[in-house]
Amino acid sequence: MNGYTGRILRVNLSDGTITTERTPREVMRDYLGGRGLGAYLLWTEVPAGADPLGPENKLFISPGPLSGTLFPGAGKMDFTTRSPLTGGYADASMGGMLTAEIKYAGYDSIILEGVSDEPVYLYIDDDTVELRDASEYWGMGSFALEERLKDELGEAFQIATIGPAGENLVKYACINHDFGRQAGRGGVGTVMGAKNVKAIAVRGTGGIPIADVDTFTRLSREAYRECKEADGFKAWTRYGTMIVTSWCDKNGALPTRNFQSGSFEDAADIYAPVFRHSIVVTDKGCFGCPSPCGKYSHSKKHDIYVEGPEYETNGMLGSDVGLSDIEDIAKANQLCDELGLDTISAGGCIAWAMECYEKGILDQEQADGLDLRFGNAEATFGLIERIAKRQGWLGNLLAEGVKHAAAEVGQGSEKWAVHVKGMEQSAYDTHSATSMLLAYMTADVGAHHNRAWAITYDIAEGRDEVSPKKAAKVIELQHIRPLMDVLGCCRLQWVELDMSLDHYAPVMKALTGVEISWEDLLQISERVWNLTRMIWVRDVEGFGREWDAPAPRFVEEPAASGPTEGQFTPAEAAQQMLDYYYDQRGWDENGIPTPETLERLGLADLVGAHSS
Amino acid sequence: MRLYADNAKCSGCRACLVACSLHLFGENNPKKAALSIVPHFPAPGTFEVKVCTQCGQCADVCPVDAIHQNDEGAYYVDPDECTLCMLCVDECPEGVVYSRPDVDYVWECDACGDCVDVCGPDALWLAD
Repeated sequence: MNGYTGRILRVNLSDGTITTERTPREVMRDYLGGRGLGAYLLWTEVPAGADPLGPENKLFISPGPLSGTLFPGAGKMDFTTRSPLTGGYADASMGGMLTAEIKYAGYDSIILEGVSDEPVYLYIDDDTVELRDASEYWGMGSFALEERLKDELGEAFQIATIGPAGENLVKYACINHDFGRQAGRGGVGTVMGAKNVKAIAVRGTGGIPIADVDTFTRLSREAYRECKEADGFKAWTRYGTMIVTSWCDKNGALPTRNFQSGSFEDAADIYAPVFRHSIVVTDKGCFGCPSPCGKYSHSKKHDIYVEGPEYETNGMLGSDVGLSDIEDIAKANQLCDELGLDTISAGGCIAWAMECYEKGILDQEQADGLDLRFGNAEATFGLIERIAKRQGWLGNLLAEGVKHAAAEVGQGSEKWAVHVKGMEQSAYDTHSATSMLLAYMTADVGAHHNRAWAITYDIAEGRDEVSPKKAAKVIELQHIRPLMDVLGCCRLQWVELDMSLDHYAPVMKALTGVEISWEDLLQISERVWNLTRMIWVRDVEGFGREWDAPAPRFVEEPAASGPTEGQFTPAEAAQQMLDYYYDQRGWDENGIPTPETLERLGLADLVGAHSS
Repeated sequence: MRLYADNAKCSGCRACLVACSLHLFGENNPKKAALSIVPHFPAPGTFEVKVCTQCGQCADVCPVDAIHQNDEGAYYVDPDECTLCMLCVDECPEGVVYSRPDVDYVWECDACGDCVDVCGPDALWLAD
């Protein structure tokens, strides 16, 4: 089918066999690519009960149909797997250049299965695919290795690597690429480490077949023009995601000291203009991006280069751990990248440990000598290193994630372990933001913001309102935003530049030659959403409503200061939101899709006996 | 008329390369573009854009006069006349005359401007 390469690359790490197979036409039709293809493959190929770190789990690496094309933002891909952090469904989206290169090499997805006995890296040069010895690279930092492989193989190769955290099976290890892009969440780097795969290097020289080249080119160029003429284009491109910092601070959404507050007294020091002025070297776009949010930085204070910090890192390794020097946050960011840790989960774990320390539950000896007060940059750096290397009791404990750590430490610390489904919450305080709270409760990987960024809707509609329309907004966003991960493109042209959603269906038709409407695309996204839900149902024993519980902090304890001081969302209000949500989704009161819903979405045959 | 580039504005996204390959070959394949981007990472963190300056040395060295100027004054290679002798590729001071094994002629920038249209940061422009 046009827009696709028509081939899937299967790499069996246990026996070293490498094969290609046709991408099933009906799968392209019903699930498209990216996270849709990944979810389909996860359902069909990874059995229930598979150990996330064992040979039965697989890592699916999938561009989408728009990846690598002229359409704006065509630089995204998805890593899909069973999560070692949560035990359930995980996918992590990554920008950069790799997705396009995989398409040019001729693959709709790369399946890593089994476990290699020795460290290897996957070498792909069009049709030449090899597993190569990586024992001499084991232990190297992410970008040190990327630089080395570029030197050895050539600049044209696109490289994805894991750092020591992935090797050491830290449960939230990330995959790094292009000197600053990550597939961050859910432990996709951990799975790569468990499979003994240190890196993936890809070069492709082919093109992407397009059904109607003239129309596709014209529509894509119109979309570019719309982005470039958008009102918010200049500010967004100048500051990237960091532009959100001041808005969050002023609206009580900036996570501060482990989400005790949504506003930070030193936040002005980490606002976007300070960042841009003091450390940014260049704008750095993912493939085919008219409006690059990526900012490549150099900290003179620490003598390091890093892409970022992005907003999420600014929140989680800045205000949430009490750091207020942008160069210190850049250093923490760089350490996480090089060592291969997800900055969001790392920040969440460290903030939790700092709160334990300040409350006297952890002492300095348990903290391996670190003085874990909020705002201590050196302690933050030290703990990042210890987590990545699993050094000391606390480093090893936090490497398991905050849910596990709190269960181990107890003494009430579960109350400030800020996660959903075992995934640390990303950087939006939800004491008083009922849609955003629901978005975190129901996101299909755990507490991640990218499925439904509903917090602006909360501010506009009344942040403590509990109503069906607020649940409806979350569902609407959960269909549109992850659709971009299915298509293999970036959502931010729509989110930040207001690029019209009317582009997507005509562009997909011109690309593939297949008639498709916006409603069709949304239904595919809803199908994928329900399939990922069924993966949780099948794979996690006892999965149900309690897995959608919010972090206690937001429903039991008021915000300590700032614009939302004294506010929280009563637990029954959160449950009411969940009732509205389940009802509108066609799920039962335990959060399981009903047989009628699965039938409506064309999933009944696939999920079969696993439906309620 | 020729293409100019400001390295400091380039974000390295490569949309220009795709627009170029669609113009020259009707293909979505940035490996068949007539300009290139060289990233310098991790340090110093800059992009270097290599574009044709229309200096004409390619035409001067071509032994079969396969390189002509279009109405805008930009040089282009006539695919039917090119013998793949590669003298122009070696001669080009910017390294922006391109070839690859599956194309039986070399190609270069004809200053069409399609790359300019899709460059978000306005790092590319056409001028005399």
